[in-house]
Amino acid sequence: MRRFLVKRLWHAALTLFVMITGMFFMFRLLPGDPTATVISPALYPKAQAALKAQFGLDQPLWMQYFIYLKNLTVFDFGVSFHTLRPVAGEIGNRMVNTLVLILPSMIFAYFLGALVGAYMAWRRGSKAEGLLVLLATALQSTPVFWLGMLAILFFSLKLDLFPVGHIVSPGKFPQATWQMYFSLDFLHHLALPFMVNVAYQFCFPFLLMRSTMLSTIGEDYIELARMKGVPENKILYHHAMRNSLLPLATTLPMILGWAVAGSVVIETVFSWPGLGLLMVEAVGRSDYPVVQASFLLIAVLTVGGTLLADLMYGLLDPRISYK
Amino acid sequence: MLRTFLNFFSIVWRSYAGKISLIVFTICMSLAVLGPIAAPYGPTERVYDAAGNLVRLAPPSWDHWLGTTLLGRDVWSQMLWGARPALTIGLLTALGTVVIGVNVGLLAGYLGGAVDSFLMRLTDIFLGLPFLPFIIVLLSLTGQNIWTIILAMMAVMWRSTARIVRAEVLSLRERQFIAAARTTGASDFDIIYREIAPNVMPFALVGITFALAWAIITEASIGFLGFGDPNVVSWGSIIYDAYASQMMYRAPWWVVPPGIAIMILVTSVYFMGRAYEEVVNPRIKQAG
Repeated sequence: MRRFLVKRLWHAALTLFVMITGMFFMFRLLPGDPTATVISPALYPKAQAALKAQFGLDQPLWMQYFIYLKNLTVFDFGVSFHTLRPVAGEIGNRMVNTLVLILPSMIFAYFLGALVGAYMAWRRGSKAEGLLVLLATALQSTPVFWLGMLAILFFSLKLDLFPVGHIVSPGKFPQATWQMYFSLDFLHHLALPFMVNVAYQFCFPFLLMRSTMLSTIGEDYIELARMKGVPENKILYHHAMRNSLLPLATTLPMILGWAVAGSVVIETVFSWPGLGLLMVEAVGRSDYPVVQASFLLIAVLTVGGTLLADLMYGLLDPRISYK
Repeated sequence: MLRTFLNFFSIVWRSYAGKISLIVFTICMSLAVLGPIAAPYGPTERVYDAAGNLVRLAPPSWDHWLGTTLLGRDVWSQMLWGARPALTIGLLTALGTVVIGVNVGLLAGYLGGAVDSFLMRLTDIFLGLPFLPFIIVLLSLTGQNIWTIILAMMAVMWRSTARIVRAEVLSLRERQFIAAARTTGASDFDIIYREIAPNVMPFALVGITFALAWAIITEASIGFLGFGDPNVVSWGSIIYDAYASQMMYRAPWWVVPPGIAIMILVTSVYFMGRAYEEVVNPRIKQAG
């Protein structure tokens, strides 16, 4: 077990390291001069040189790389080209905002998907099952930002039930950031993106649970339980469903990581100030330190999710050997 | 190779859901081919009425089946023009993805050892890569046109096919017919591409369908985030235009059709993939 753990951790660390390195050199070696946005070519050469020195761009590339790595170890992501303030100051809040949006909806969608998926596998061949499979596939095939736009169109503008976007109403931002997450106004803003996310994230666990259940139902012990006269409900939820939970449990962290990566579009539609929106905005402004930092944090969440999924698989399935 | 391909359609045709989705997909394909010819207006053509005024945000009517946009463009024509980039980008990406993925899987699985470790480590790294954010960053650096979009998607998406193919090659490698080929003096190259490759083709086809579905949605997402090819009208870019104009709330006929088109197309692709997968590979669970 210990070796398994060490190996997985090492792989995750290696993945992150390669990504950080790749990103760093991608920005500096690909065509287009990212510094042109802050250091205008129209400036006097002397002023240009001074600015370059201020951002550390006068150093050779490998030196810049080591300084970058060194700074990362103390969570120093550099200075934003746009606000000229340290990136680290803002990015933490953004990450919390993303997680607050993604985590609860994801977990809710997983529970819902598991229950409905199990029940529908039990009623396989019924009209309701066929309809739900079609609906879930169609939802999965729908661009989620478009779903969000329809939700805004209908619930916000037509019925006037929810705000159009953002995380709190303008002017209502509380004194301390943490207070925001406990305000009704915040929940009111969270409701619509939450629902859209649940609708979208429901499909995967639903389809997965359904197909796992279909193979579980064919097992002998289900037949045995039936012969013993165990009530159908009990067979469904105690015997069959429990034994079908493994793939669902182990994919959760990984899917969560993907959802964080995919949240760029949801956050854009709802103007939700999370990591994804920050990244999209920063790319638009050529604010490369912010792009790098937000990408890095999204990558940490994705890689962390995959790592957790691997570990959970090892923990939950005793048939796995820890090699 | 061709036989496997034709076999795909006959297998899909066997199931009810497969039949319907094959028909829907064929309709979409013919739209992509014929759409631009059938479209009453050009993709960015502005429509004026008899008095010479721009027809802005006109609701659906006999003249404009799906109404017009803020800039007076005919939505129905845009939809017809938009089918082609969605499918071209999707199909090329899917094809490239699978070509890379299958080759990585074949080499890793067959050669084993250091090659395998290296390629699989690489695959793992790509599996951890946040898909959409990475593509946006890449596009912002390389510039945005159809080809960079296709290449950017290909650069990441091969990862899942590579894994599945490798796992299959690992078991194929130990079979008798490979040993037989080796005793007759076949080279590694021959064994990989003549003996093993045909056997992983079904996996490649499943990979193509899921990659196609992903690529179409991703292309739309890229377009929506404003990183699409500015010179091409695609379903994603129509949604982006409607969103960016802030007029979509006054003109639902502008936003609703492209989303529905994407949904129908991708759903049909998913169902085709599943209908095929259920027959050729009943073991593997549908991977979304």
